[in-house]
Order: sequence, then C-alpha cells, then structure tokens
Amino acid sequence: MVDNRYDTSRSMRTPLARAKGLGAAGHGVEHWWLHRMTAVSNIPLIIAFVFIVATLAGSNYAEAIAIVSHPLVAIILILAVLSVTNHMRLGMQLPIEDYIHQKGWLLAATIANNFYAAVIAVACLYAIVKVSLGRIV
Amino acid sequence: MAQFTLPKNSKYTEGKTWPKPVGANNLQEFRIYRWNPDDGANPRIDTYYIDRDDCGPMVLDALLWIKNNVDATLTFRRSCREGICGSCAMNIMGKNTLACTLGIEDCASDSIKIYPLPHMPVLKDLVPDLTSFFAQHASIEPWLQTETAAPETEWRQTPEERSKLDGLYECILCACCTTSCPSYWWNGDRFLGPAALLQAYRWLIDSRDEATGERLDNLHDPFRLYRCHTIMNCANTCPKGLNPAKAIAEVKKMMIARAV
Repeated sequence: MVDNRYDTSRSMRTPLARAKGLGAAGHGVEHWWLHRMTAVSNIPLIIAFVFIVATLAGSNYAEAIAIVSHPLVAIILILAVLSVTNHMRLGMQLPIEDYIHQKGWLLAATIANNFYAAVIAVACLYAIVKVSLGRIV
Repeated sequence: MAQFTLPKNSKYTEGKTWPKPVGANNLQEFRIYRWNPDDGANPRIDTYYIDRDDCGPMVLDALLWIKNNVDATLTFRRSCREGICGSCAMNIMGKNTLACTLGIEDCASDSIKIYPLPHMPVLKDLVPDLTSFFAQHASIEPWLQTETAAPETEWRQTPEERSKLDGLYECILCACCTTSCPSYWWNGDRFLGPAALLQAYRWLIDSRDEATGERLDNLHDPFRLYRCHTIMNCANTCPKGLNPAKAIAEVKKMMIARAV
C-alpha cells in the first residue's frame, strides 16, 4: 500500500517547499460555481422532465412523437440534458480527485468521466433533435 | 487510491496489561496506543489502570499519573494543561480533542481508549509528526501584510472590524480539526486542511491587511481550498468550539464575490 499522506520519502526539501508544491493552480472557482448553477437549474428541469416522461407513458407512438416535437417540450428536454450531464460530469470529478492518486489512473478516470458525459449528452440531444425536427421536414 | 486499511506495519496488536495499583479502590482502565520507532515491532494497545482517588480529574492527569507511577516510557506531548497550547491533542474515545480539557468522568467509559491524532505519521506513542501541518500553516503567510507605510502607532480598526476576528483568532493550532478531516486524510499533501484555511480566512477578513487578493490567489486551487466538501468533522471536533467549515465557506464566498 502506498503511503500517500504526504511525501515521506527521503528528501532534503524543506517542509515549506513541500507544502507549497507547484503553487496554486489558479482555477477551481469556475468548477465550484458551475456545479452550484447546474444544481439550481436541475430542480425545475428535472421536475419538467418527470412530468413529460409521465405524459409520454400514457401515450401511443404518434402522440409521443407529437409531444416531443412540440418546441417547448424539445427545448426543455435539451436544457435538461445539458444541465444534468454537466452536473454529473462536475460532480463525478470530485470523488475521482479525492480518491485516485496514481497519476495514470487519475488521468484515465478523468478522460473516461468527460467522455462518458459527452457521449450521454450527444446521444440524448441527437435523439431529441431527430424526433423533434423529423416532424417539421 | 485512498487508503482504507492500515499499512501492514501500522496494524496494531494486543499489548501489555500493566499491573493494577496496589490498594486502590477506585480504578479506571485505559487502553493506550503504543509504538516505539526503535524496536521494529508493530504498534500495540497497552492496558493501564489508574487510581482515581490519587489522580486529577482530566485525561491528561491520568496520562501523567501513568507516566509517574506505572510506565515512564509512555510518550505524549503536553505543556499548559489548560487548553491554550494545543500540545496534548489526541484521539480519545474516537474523537480528537485535548487531553487536558476532557474530564475522565466525561468519557463515561469503563475503558478509555486513547490513540494519536488519526492519519499522521507517528513519531512515538501518542506523538504525531505535525511538520507538514505547520508548514501548511506557514504557507498561508499568517501575518499582517501591508503596502501602506506603517503608522506611527498601531494599525487601527473599528470595534466592528475587530469583531470579525472573533471565532478565528482563538485557534490554537492543535490539529484536531485537520486530522479529523477525511479530505485531509486522502489529500493531505495538497489540501491545506481546516486549521490552515481557518487561519487563511482570519487574515483575509482582517480589515488592516492589504494582501487580500494575493491571499485569495494563493488559495485558488482545486486541492488547496476546494477539497473541502463540508463534511463538518472539523467543527464537530474542535476543542475550542470554533467552526473551520464556516470559515472555509466564507473563503469560497469571497472567491465568488471577486469572480462573479
């Protein structure tokens, strides 16, 4: 098991040099702020999403297509997908940074997290746009 | 990965049970973490008995009683015995606190368990290595910084400005909060921890200080500041009744105030 508390290996570096490390990254507030912003936007969007899904559940195929094609419904669904996937991506990044210390795994998990959120988002958006615009053409 | 089990050489074993004091009527049992860097053995938990009728009321009194009467090799830090030096911080009955301000009675246990502060390298018995903790405190530059020429007398502040330091200046740097924080356990090399961040806020909010922006720059980091996930162990454990989590939240609000 790796001792990751702090660098206990033999070194002549001063404790202050170790504490300062590479210095402050100069970011973090954006991540924190966007995480809170998407938390707020999730509230109305998820309520609307649940309502839309409940309505779809009682519809036949043609009615369901008609509901999703409605501009207001499609826009709410698109906003919900953007808000939720971003919130998911930002939130998942925190436990990754908390618990994964090995640099290779940290990088791999960060890439996987971002790709996963992007794939989910684009797949959902493509479906919504296809159903919605398919009616207009 | 974060460590969820102790490293092999840190797993503790059952230790020695020391003899009960002769002729004592009012016994109290203590189970205390022992580790000697020189004998190559794993840590062990020794059992001691003290004579309550011959011992002071606090846990620190009991430790001193053991050191004086039972086992002179028991090693721990202590100095002021009145909760102002922060030396005797240790984990008593599962909670980080000062041995000198916690009554034996208040532990309300047949067997009082004492360990060093969690997740720090141990030097010996109940003495943790706090080098990194103090270096992190130094890294936030805990002194007044000004560009304006120093006044003839003192730097002045209104009573209202002074009152903002209440709940912050009382910190004695005992490390109870920082070593109770899971975020600090997992990322103690990069996260500054509640004590250093409370001190950082103490200087950020000081009306006389002229380095507020530089101080915020110094904290603007996903690890130094934003590893705090408001777990609140710090506020729960602080033997001085302070609230480091609130101070950290105030720092985050200052970050937002200048960014948005």
